Amino acid sequence: MSDAVSRLRRLTALILKGFLLLGTALSLVTVLLIIAYITRDALPFFKLRGPGELFTSTAWYPSGHPPEFGALAILVGSGLVTLGSILVAVPLGIAAAIALSDILPYRLRQTVKPVIEILAAIPSVAYGFFALVIFAPLLQNRGGSLLAIALWLIALPLGLLLIFVVTDAATRSIRADVALTARLILAAVLAVILVRGLLALSAKLTLLRIASGTNALNVSIILGIMALPTIISVAEDSLQAAGRELREGSYALGATRAETLFKVVIPAAGSGIIAAVILGVMRAVGETMVVWMASGNAAQIPSPWFNFLSPVRTLTATIAGDMGEADQVTGSGRYHVLFALALCLLLTSFVANLASEWVLRRQQRKLGGLK
Amino acid sequence: MKIFKTLLIIALAAGFLGAAEANKIVVDGSTTVGPIAKAFAEYYMKLNPGVNITVSESGSGNGAKSLVNQSCQVATMSRLLKLNEFEAAVHSEILPVVHVVALDGIAMIVHPGNPISKLTLNQVKDIYLGKVKNWNQLGGPNVPIVIISRDTNSGTYETFEGKVMKGDKIAKNCEYVGSNGAIRQRVQSTPAAIGYVGIGFIDSTVKALPIDGIMPSLETVKNGSYPIARPLYMVTNDYPKMGSHLYRFVTLYLSKKGQAIIEEIGFIPVTSY
Repeated sequence: MSDAVSRLRRLTALILKGFLLLGTALSLVTVLLIIAYITRDALPFFKLRGPGELFTSTAWYPSGHPPEFGALAILVGSGLVTLGSILVAVPLGIAAAIALSDILPYRLRQTVKPVIEILAAIPSVAYGFFALVIFAPLLQNRGGSLLAIALWLIALPLGLLLIFVVTDAATRSIRADVALTARLILAAVLAVILVRGLLALSAKLTLLRIASGTNALNVSIILGIMALPTIISVAEDSLQAAGRELREGSYALGATRAETLFKVVIPAAGSGIIAAVILGVMRAVGETMVVWMASGNAAQIPSPWFNFLSPVRTLTATIAGDMGEADQVTGSGRYHVLFALALCLLLTSFVANLASEWVLRRQQRKLGGLK
Repeated sequence: MKIFKTLLIIALAAGFLGAAEANKIVVDGSTTVGPIAKAFAEYYMKLNPGVNITVSESGSGNGAKSLVNQSCQVATMSRLLKLNEFEAAVHSEILPVVHVVALDGIAMIVHPGNPISKLTLNQVKDIYLGKVKNWNQLGGPNVPIVIISRDTNSGTYETFEGKVMKGDKIAKNCEYVGSNGAIRQRVQSTPAAIGYVGIGFIDSTVKALPIDGIMPSLETVKNGSYPIARPLYMVTNDYPKMGSHLYRFVTLYLSKKGQAIIEEIGFIPVTSY
């Protein structure tokens, strides 16, 4: 009787294993097929037009007579938007993950985390609609003041923190009875300089007029927000995984909370945090709907190149936007150029994945050596 | 009677390589005319459940090609057949018959707060070329112009390119938008913007400008005075047999319902009741 049950169990296990293997194999084969098909349709473009034009020219006129396929501006646009979303998402995401795992009380975390994860469930077209209909006009009408407020929100706490650290370091070697006064005076002077500087800068920013609200800044912020749940969730998990023992060990050795966080917990969770960042960034790179709706889609390199207030065009939006007409002319440059762009996108994510894999491996080896 | 009719249609269809079924109409061609053909097809198939009409949008050139090699019965085109396409057709013993099903007019729109009240065709071209960069060059306020265009694979873009740009290239800082509605949305929320939409999309939230002194409207497009307009065509091989499904489909534009459909999608009917 029990023999039959165990045999049945073994059989079920075998079948389930088979299913799982099939599933894994299926996704692997899918990836390989995608790479193969995209490469197959991308190569004719380089045969047709040569490799130079795509990467060196900024003239993107796929429907012109004759057509021009210079995607340099599009590659720069994708890069710029990615950079922008990294600047928004990475500091915010990691800070939020640290706050959730080590600073906020447990009960608050239990309510905040699901709320953050809801962000991931909002469809991208909703984000795009928000970016186009609400955020873009807001940037046009109140862009300057918004930027000034953002400047204060970011620079004031950071600056104060910096002043705190600098004064502490500068007065450390002075005799204790003078140190406090010296420190206060130094801090006051630095604080005045900081506030003055911020006032001047924000006055300048307030006067700034943003001509078009559908620009790199708009999508960078939106994509940054879209990448946040991924980054927070994965980074927080890896911070949690660093374990209670590690933290308690650090405290037992007399480390402060800050020391424990920055010198023990974060290095231990480093690989997970980097993986979180790469996952989040890949979400931003691959996002299509938001950039198609709200980046302006102008195939130009902003001048100067870091001008986030200028409309840009990205790889994903170009592929999505030009697909409709491209299929009519199968075999033409206009059709194959989209696959060439897709190949660029695929290679980027492939390299990023390899990089994250490499970082993870290295980190594991390092930690393994410590153990 | 019905059998007789079916037989007749089969006999007709046999001419089309024998590939086409009796009650099947294949439409191929322009992305601009595609929506009209699709709306017609939907309406016609509802009236005649046995009929199957497929509409694909692969561009005017491909439509003509499909008609010549008999893989479609109706080619939708946003331009007339070129001479070499006529020649190719005649060589394959195809007689292209052109039906003008609707007119397409494109209006230049700006923000309602923009003091500019008229433009010439050349000024529009200069704006989109990037030669005129600021509204003050046209007598408006000192703000840089935000130029907005439909994406390059739309028929509206094709018309604009053909009638305004005439082969010259649009400035690189031009923003591209995915639909007529999205252009209108961008223009109504951006004081410095200029864009273009099909005439059916003009409403009170944006200001349509007269071009060369002529306001875009049903009337001015029809009488030919408005410059950014063109006819839209369906092309068949020979005039379709009277009473056949094909005949009734391609002449739908002459009916009251057909006219309403065309107006609904934002085009201008050639008939007016």
